[in-house]
Amino acid sequence: MPEAQTTSAEEREFQRLIDDDQRVEPRDWMPEAYRKTLVRQISQHAHSEIIGMQPEGNWITRAPSLKRKAILMAKVQDEAGHGLYLYSAAQTLGTDRDTMFEQLITGKAKYSSIFNYLTPTWADMGSIGWLVDGAAICNQVPLCRASYGPYGRAMTRICKEESFHQRQGFEILLQLMRGSEAQQRMAQESVDRWYAPALMMFGPPDEDSPNSRQSMDWKIKRFSNDDLRQRFVDMLVPQAEALGVTLPDADLKWNEERGHYDFGELDWSEFHEVLAGRGQANTVRVARRRRAHEEGAWVREAARAYADAQVATERIAS
Amino acid sequence: MIPKTKNLTTGTVTAESIAESAVIASPDVALYALGLGDDALILAQRLGEWIANAPELEEDVALGNIALDLLGHARSLLTYAGTASGRTEDDLAYFRDEPEFLNRQLFEQPNGDFAQTIARQLVVSVYFDELYRALSESIDSTLAAIAAKATKEVDYHLDHSYQWLLRLGLGTELSHERMQRGLDAVWPFVDELFRDDGAPAGVGVDPARLRAHFETTVPRLIDEAGLIVPTIQPARGGGRQGVHSEVLGPLLAEMQVLARAHPGAEW
Repeated sequence: MPEAQTTSAEEREFQRLIDDDQRVEPRDWMPEAYRKTLVRQISQHAHSEIIGMQPEGNWITRAPSLKRKAILMAKVQDEAGHGLYLYSAAQTLGTDRDTMFEQLITGKAKYSSIFNYLTPTWADMGSIGWLVDGAAICNQVPLCRASYGPYGRAMTRICKEESFHQRQGFEILLQLMRGSEAQQRMAQESVDRWYAPALMMFGPPDEDSPNSRQSMDWKIKRFSNDDLRQRFVDMLVPQAEALGVTLPDADLKWNEERGHYDFGELDWSEFHEVLAGRGQANTVRVARRRRAHEEGAWVREAARAYADAQVATERIAS
Repeated sequence: MIPKTKNLTTGTVTAESIAESAVIASPDVALYALGLGDDALILAQRLGEWIANAPELEEDVALGNIALDLLGHARSLLTYAGTASGRTEDDLAYFRDEPEFLNRQLFEQPNGDFAQTIARQLVVSVYFDELYRALSESIDSTLAAIAAKATKEVDYHLDHSYQWLLRLGLGTELSHERMQRGLDAVWPFVDELFRDDGAPAGVGVDPARLRAHFETTVPRLIDEAGLIVPTIQPARGGGRQGVHSEVLGPLLAEMQVLARAHPGAEW
């Protein structure tokens, strides 16, 4: 039987939107698997923003100048805003925020493993901006063209702020590298810790990433993990030179033939360890958010009770 | 001294624009600005502790926003105060010891639970609202410019704390009880806000004006939220003379630790 007869008009219309690079909107029909993939990806991104507030929040009270304190506060606040914005995008797919948040604080949902690393020094505020936000941008810029409309539009706005954050991180490291020997050591030591985990943010090598193909066919994802990782390394090398920091990879060198930098094998067992929950801070991060949520339950209940009473009063009045 | 050239333009006043301008505060104006700057700085530091710990994400954003506004006020005020002695905002924030801080004691009080934070925010927002409104008419044009900018921001802070006062006061039995306890906890430190702080005439704001505004506003709001205006003896205070409650030392230790480990460093 010809395949056309087994696909419904709805499915054909969905495929036409994808093929023509048009946007799928909340009211359009979409395959259940497409919806699920999006909810998982968008909510994971939202969770990453929310958990990502903690490693940087760690330095708000100790930032070494008032200007840096203000920049850091604004950045962490942006992350909360991104989280809210992404939860809204995910809600257009029919999963409500409370459900997603519950999955986060009960440890059922995933978020980016990078936030399970600790931030023992001020230079980590620089490394997170330069390396982590830098990797996030490489990942996210193509998502601005994601086939699902609300997601693509959310990413457009988020990417603008992320590139601002990356520049701020670069400036923190630059200032340290121009400073005292102790400051320079602080910067280099931090880059040494964050470099490999940042490269792993793009996910496992393509041959070990079974879900990528379908996401690329649906035009949610536009480039493979390895392509994005290469793009990131190519971007980093000249920036590292400008900073005067050494990237901790002995195999890193320009390959004239490929027109790219070659780089060494990453330790994927480390990646899988953190993913499996055995990172530096997995339990701590989730527990902190959970505690804030539980300790704030009475506040949210009060707001609900107040709102209900207001509605009741309005009914009586009308 | 290198002659400074730029003049301060009202409306765009920031710590940077003050630092680059030609203005230099007289010693008594600098002392007044220092007290106000410390109030804003110490409260911003306290509110910063809420970030990633708030009852809901919207409050992480809101409290962070308020902290950022206050930090902005503090940076402008401290920069201006520093012009009298050739010190930067960071010299003043990071390299003074506890008895040199001039904030009133209310601003250093711990966050407590969310209700106690809201109680403190209600009191300070009403206070700031009138303070900055009055200060925007100061004969000192720098203070007037800082205050004019702050007024718009504080207006939002007041609304935020008022909305939560109503929700907690009228919400549930538990929230009502906690809101009342929050008011009780901050109340001993209210009186100090309205004591004479040696504000230079015409430059600073008359504390009697601030007290009158507070007394016609706050009891009404508390009453509207079904709560009772506390009748608790005022604490002795002394913040403007460098006398602080025991909670300021640890706050400063945390705030200053990194800067002091690297004296002279730029960040």
